[in-house]
Amino acid sequence: MPSNGSVSDAPITQFINCRILKEHTLQREDLWVRDGRILDPEKLFFDEQGYADRQLDCGGAILAPGFIDVQLNGGYGVDFSTPSEDPGAGVAFVAKKILEHGVTSFCPTLVTSPPSVYHKVLQRFSFFTARCEFQSGGVHGAGVLGVHLEGPFISLEKKGAHPEQFLRTFGGSGGVNPLLEVYGGLDNVSMVTLAPELAGSQSVVEELSQRGVTVSLGHSVANLSQAEEAVQQGASFITHLFNAMLPFHHRDPGIVGLLTSNRIPAGRSVFYGMIADGIHTNPAALRIAHRAHPAGLVLVTDAIMAMGLPPGRHTLGQQVIEIQGLHAYVAGTTTLSGSIATMDMCVRHFQQASGCSVPEALEAASLHPAQLLGISHQKGSLEYGCDADLVLMDDQMVLEATYISGVEVWRK
Amino acid sequence: MRLVILEDYDLASEWAAKYIRNRIITFRPTAQRYFTLGLPTGLPRAHPESYHSYMWNNFFKHVDIDPANAHILDGNAQDLEAECAVFEKDIADAGGIDLFVGGIGPDGHIAFNEPGSSLVSRTRVKTLAKDTIVANARFFGHDLSKVPTMALTVGVGTVMDSREVMIVITGAHKAFALYKAIEDGVNHMWTVSAFQQHPRTIFVCDEDATLELRVKTVKYFKGLMHVHNKLVDPVLTMKNDLS
Repeated sequence: MPSNGSVSDAPITQFINCRILKEHTLQREDLWVRDGRILDPEKLFFDEQGYADRQLDCGGAILAPGFIDVQLNGGYGVDFSTPSEDPGAGVAFVAKKILEHGVTSFCPTLVTSPPSVYHKVLQRFSFFTARCEFQSGGVHGAGVLGVHLEGPFISLEKKGAHPEQFLRTFGGSGGVNPLLEVYGGLDNVSMVTLAPELAGSQSVVEELSQRGVTVSLGHSVANLSQAEEAVQQGASFITHLFNAMLPFHHRDPGIVGLLTSNRIPAGRSVFYGMIADGIHTNPAALRIAHRAHPAGLVLVTDAIMAMGLPPGRHTLGQQVIEIQGLHAYVAGTTTLSGSIATMDMCVRHFQQASGCSVPEALEAASLHPAQLLGISHQKGSLEYGCDADLVLMDDQMVLEATYISGVEVWRK
Repeated sequence: MRLVILEDYDLASEWAAKYIRNRIITFRPTAQRYFTLGLPTGLPRAHPESYHSYMWNNFFKHVDIDPANAHILDGNAQDLEAECAVFEKDIADAGGIDLFVGGIGPDGHIAFNEPGSSLVSRTRVKTLAKDTIVANARFFGHDLSKVPTMALTVGVGTVMDSREVMIVITGAHKAFALYKAIEDGVNHMWTVSAFQQHPRTIFVCDEDATLELRVKTVKYFKGLMHVHNKLVDPVLTMKNDLS
């Protein structure tokens, strides 16, 4: 077939000899891309009488939507919460590196920090989230969807690795004013993690949700009722389930109980982040959560700056951490400070530990986070019209290549 | 005619596919001289089960045909009569159909030429018979009210103009239609019977489809299988031939 028959200026690429993740299964189909989006080949054939300008042979590999990481604190020595002179350069550096893990979109995450840090970093981040080429990503790195602010409105008892001196409460005024004060603004913020048992949280949750910011419950000692109320106000995510919250109790399941709560408003779903590195959650607990509510599971790395670095001591936020193998502790304690597993490692571990199918494991890292953020018409899926952010992998889900908008941005 | 009887659906399909392959290869098509394959039409475009979707998923997406060379009757065209006339003209411009491949309905129709269709009819709009609607219900969740009642179709005459015709018939529910088509007279109530007057027709069927035929007919044609099978022996590919 001659390749110069394109009916439009934009070249048409056809990925052949692949199995694509579609309709929750792996289908033996070709994938067509034009203008960075996935193209309907039937419409191309009949309406435009067009065909592909070039064909890419995938060698029988699996072609899936690129991974979306909604909780990433940094990596390769960069800590998003410790701004250097140019926080933007740090984000760009990490964004480029995580292409190797199959991540094509992410939410840079800031842990509890003083207002000065938020003001400085958020102002610089807006450069990324406002600019189309950085939002969609490309050869320069994964797309920056928006910032995830994990704290400072969290529980003292469940602060985990967050610095105690910067924790805050909402104060009496109601609404998002305390947040605007602390953060310096809510532009380009995708998600806020907060503890709903803090007084005054209801109006905050409601207003954030109305502004289109995803509200996540985490680092909290809330009981199930408090959590359910927050969901009714608009909360839709749980930050790293099981970690930094009350353990499941059969007479008050706490936040964990949201997975099977019958007080979730109709038409809405609660998603929950899982750090599937084999360390933050016992595989049996992972299975309990997965079996209770498989459609809500969102794989996150919660990776810290030490991800990609050699063992030893490093700085995270305003604290020092220590790496031993795949574990990262608050220096001098046994408190986990975050994970250093990469997203593709998490996907593989999740599949092995839960025994779920490959499509299910892949969707937990692509479709579910996209649904959580309300962008599943554009990301996290291979439906026609979606952005062509793709990962190519073998049957063991070991990555071979990453594509953004149909362009190869990394190859093994 | 040739009557090729294979044991079951899969073997009949395979024989038919190999025959078509061989015909195309021995024809040696070039950019100046196309092999024109004719296929019967189907449902209106707009429906998800439309014939366009059917043809795309079952044929076009598996081969590298230039889309400009795929002509399908568009049931959603503004002027249906003009659409049919243009289709007939397209066939003529392409030099006529080299091989027409089709099946038959339980009522013996070819394409949507329902009982009573003129045996010299051309491409036109037809109202579907109840039998056909029932047969198509499987594409519409078995809801008869959802099945389209009209379709564009090539005419009996249009198919008769083809240089060769292959009819594939499988299943016991088609057996009576096959009997009417080849052992009874030419009759516009069983439009497939028109091909008794075509110089090159092949009927490919499975055992079940022969259940209403005379034993004598079946034995005669089964006895010719060694001749029929030569028609599907692998031939040189076009690539080898051109070197």
